[in-house]
Amino acid sequence: MDMSNYLVLSALLFSIGAATVLLRRNAIIVFMGIELMLNASNLAFVTFARMHGDLSGQVIAFFVMVVAAAEVVVGLAIIVSIFRTRRSASVDDVNLLKN
Amino acid sequence: MTSGAEAVLFWCLAPLMVIAALGLLFARKAVHATLCVVFVMVCLAVMYVALEAPFLGIVQIVVYTGAVMMLFLFVIMLVGVDASDSLVETIRGQRLVGWLLGIGLGAVLVGVILRVSFPAGIGLEEANADTNPVAIARVLFGDFVFNLEVVGVLLITAALAALTLTHKQRLTPRVGQKERADARVASGESLVPLPAPGVYAQRNAMDVPALDPQGRPIEASVSRVLRVRGQERQAPLDAQIAHLSGQGPRGVGSGPSHDVDRTDGPGEPTADPSTPGAADTTPPRTTEEES
Repeated sequence: MDMSNYLVLSALLFSIGAATVLLRRNAIIVFMGIELMLNASNLAFVTFARMHGDLSGQVIAFFVMVVAAAEVVVGLAIIVSIFRTRRSASVDDVNLLKN
Repeated sequence: MTSGAEAVLFWCLAPLMVIAALGLLFARKAVHATLCVVFVMVCLAVMYVALEAPFLGIVQIVVYTGAVMMLFLFVIMLVGVDASDSLVETIRGQRLVGWLLGIGLGAVLVGVILRVSFPAGIGLEEANADTNPVAIARVLFGDFVFNLEVVGVLLITAALAALTLTHKQRLTPRVGQKERADARVASGESLVPLPAPGVYAQRNAMDVPALDPQGRPIEASVSRVLRVRGQERQAPLDAQIAHLSGQGPRGVGSGPSHDVDRTDGPGEPTADPSTPGAADTTPPRTTEEES
């Protein structure tokens, strides 16, 4: 089995995550789409690390995980505080700056 | 390079992962989407272990499925499970463009990857000679130590940001049980619970108001819903009380009225055709006599 299969899977997961961000209106699901994209890039990193015999890829994937955890904490806090004031978790309802 | 067992593992997991990821795209409820993503994360951890990165596999399980996705479930519980998607397009044609961009991105990425000829993989046997975590630690604290410090600062900042974002400052003093009781006494409301309907009346049905010591009906004893609907009935007034007080019966209901001036004994149930369920509530005295 060629190792580029992992890369194809990673590309598929990444585009599914991107489509989720573009298509869904629920802020939490949009956020999970971002998480899916980060995980797909992690899979590519780990695959490349194995392909090149270099552990730097795994370390970068580790950093991506840490940054994703921080991002989740802040993003979910923003979603919760928006939900407190606007009673909605939809990305369409956050339009105070529109008019 | 890659063994046959790994190929079997990959071809078992990869379609399931893609299907679960599509579940994120198509699931109606946010909880189902979250569970789909949890499945993808667990499968990714298995793939990391197969890709000679056992440390990252464990971290993936602990951080993603253990912490991040449970945090997602927690927030869904806070926000409300029924917070569903609206199907209204706020930007015209946005759905179509989204589909085009998503499919186009996937096609471009997969096409590029399939056209590139990658070199035969080297593998990590040499790099992982002292077990994977030890080797990762050497790289992490050797080449990437400054990045690690910056990431530590980032984590602390994120924790502080989450604290300040979700912190709710109390602008008014807390209203506890004592404050509520004081306010009730100060406002002069009734301190005790409202009387139940039918108390001291000759029937204890829900739609008959209770009687006060003067034999007059208490309007507040009947449910507000029944009063608004006009389904309240007048309490049958005792003849002696009516004679003593010298005033007519004061019914409060505007519903189906029946004879309030009846002077016969309490044992006879009043037949009311409009509310048959409430008409057969005879006082307990009658049942004792009959039995």
